Amino acid sequence: MLIAATIAILVVMIMAILRTIMGPTLYDRILAVNLFGTKTVLLISLLGFLMGRPEFLDIAIVYALINFISVIGVLHYSDASIFKGDDQQKKIMKKNS
Amino acid sequence: MDTLMDISSAVFLLIGSFLCVSGGVGILRFPDFYTRMHAVGVTETLATAMILIGLMLQNPDGLVLLKLIIILLMTLFISPTASHALANAAMQNKLMPKLDKNDVNEKETSSNP
Amino acid sequence: MAFLVATAIAIVRMKDLFSVIMLLGIYSLLSACFFVAMDAVDVAFTEAAVGAGISTLLMLVAITMTGRAENPSRHKPVLALVVVTITGSLLVYGTLDMPYFGLAEDPVHLHVAPRYINDSMQEVGVPNIVTSVLASYRAFDTFGEVVVIFTAGIGVLALLSVVRLPKDVAKDISGIDSFNKCMHEEHLILRIVAKMLIPFILLFALYVQFHGDYGPGGGFQAGVIFAAAIILYTMLFGMSTARRVINQSFIQLLAATGVLLYGIVGVISLLNGKNFLDYSALSTDPVAGQHLGILLIELGVGITVTAVMVIIFFNFAGRRNDQQNKENNDS
Repeated sequence: MLIAATIAILVVMIMAILRTIMGPTLYDRILAVNLFGTKTVLLISLLGFLMGRPEFLDIAIVYALINFISVIGVLHYSDASIFKGDDQQKKIMKKNS
Repeated sequence: MDTLMDISSAVFLLIGSFLCVSGGVGILRFPDFYTRMHAVGVTETLATAMILIGLMLQNPDGLVLLKLIIILLMTLFISPTASHALANAAMQNKLMPKLDKNDVNEKETSSNP
Repeated sequence: MAFLVATAIAIVRMKDLFSVIMLLGIYSLLSACFFVAMDAVDVAFTEAAVGAGISTLLMLVAITMTGRAENPSRHKPVLALVVVTITGSLLVYGTLDMPYFGLAEDPVHLHVAPRYINDSMQEVGVPNIVTSVLASYRAFDTFGEVVVIFTAGIGVLALLSVVRLPKDVAKDISGIDSFNKCMHEEHLILRIVAKMLIPFILLFALYVQFHGDYGPGGGFQAGVIFAAAIILYTMLFGMSTARRVINQSFIQLLAATGVLLYGIVGVISLLNGKNFLDYSALSTDPVAGQHLGILLIELGVGITVTAVMVIIFFNFAGRRNDQQNKENNDS
């Protein structure tokens, strides 16, 4: 049963990678990376149980936290108005604000 | 008692993997960003919870149980917050949802590749 | 493994730097899973913490200063491709001669490794062999690593630090309240959740630091997690608030203190009549001396890593803030 769950999670990770490469907008890619991160947490926990070494759960906790911080970081820095050299974007932002 | 826990753990793992795969299929096939976010945000948290409960029922052993409960609580806090932040940021950068099948997609997004 | 190759190819071909960063995050995650599958727990820990967390954030801040699209290359790099292919195939040909992975008669398994594996429990008394090798048998190498990290921090300070005049600091403090109010509605949910999570992250970093003897962990990983918590606080609450919490001179002092602690432990063992960084000189019972020594140097490593990561992030982000303020004032 554990092996079936592991295979299912690997399949979902492949789908997430496809969406990262394919996604038309930036936010699709951020969503896919977030999904990939959550599935990595599950994968590490399952692999820990399969191999009989429950110390892997520490890695899973760390990874969940780091995933969250990364996604918040990417969102914070993805505002269009802070990119240097994008004059057109700045004009659009100024007109709207 | 032992077989009961084995069977219930297997059931939880099965439900969890099914939800996980359905979320994955959703992210590939849905037409628009906001719909994809529905697929992922809802199923991801529930699938994680189911799989972690299934793992907890397999090996009830002190410290391992505590760590699994910690991962579960953290995921319950973190996943919905991340989805909220993502949707909020997309809305503020003016990524419009596609409301109608014939609607010309007004994506005045500032983040085209 | 195939995922790694596919991701690497996708990274090279895409032009939009933002997507490249996403793909780099996935790449480092795949490496971490690979290490877990090979049963190398500490390495997977460090790779997950550093590669997916700090590297991604630092590169993002760098991109905000350089713009989003790559400059189109003006010539086709055919010659470079040929050279790389020849070198790569020569390397692969060289590895065909090496013994098969994991065979018991490999030279790598015969000389040093059995001594570490067999004797580590009696000599050092710490269950985690990786920590005992890193911190006790090869402590001098680890000292070199810590000094390298410290030097990187000094390099960033030398190149990127912005002198803060007193009037800038005063303007920061007066601007904090209005900044907080207008940010408050935007990021309300995030702020509340972060306030609940950050103490837990700090506590977990302390757990990883001191549990490094018995499970995966140790100074490097703990330092990275600590720095990640501080970076989260900085992103959500603004640079000015974060600078008031941790000001520049304090963090520089911390960075130097970590390296100094490591060196002092080594010098104390010298003064007690044994070799540099030989911990059995630290107390009457050699095994207790080893424990004490490992504890102190891991603490030193953790402090230095935290301080250097925070210095690098503050300098990158502070530079971006100043540039943005100057542009807002000019236009």
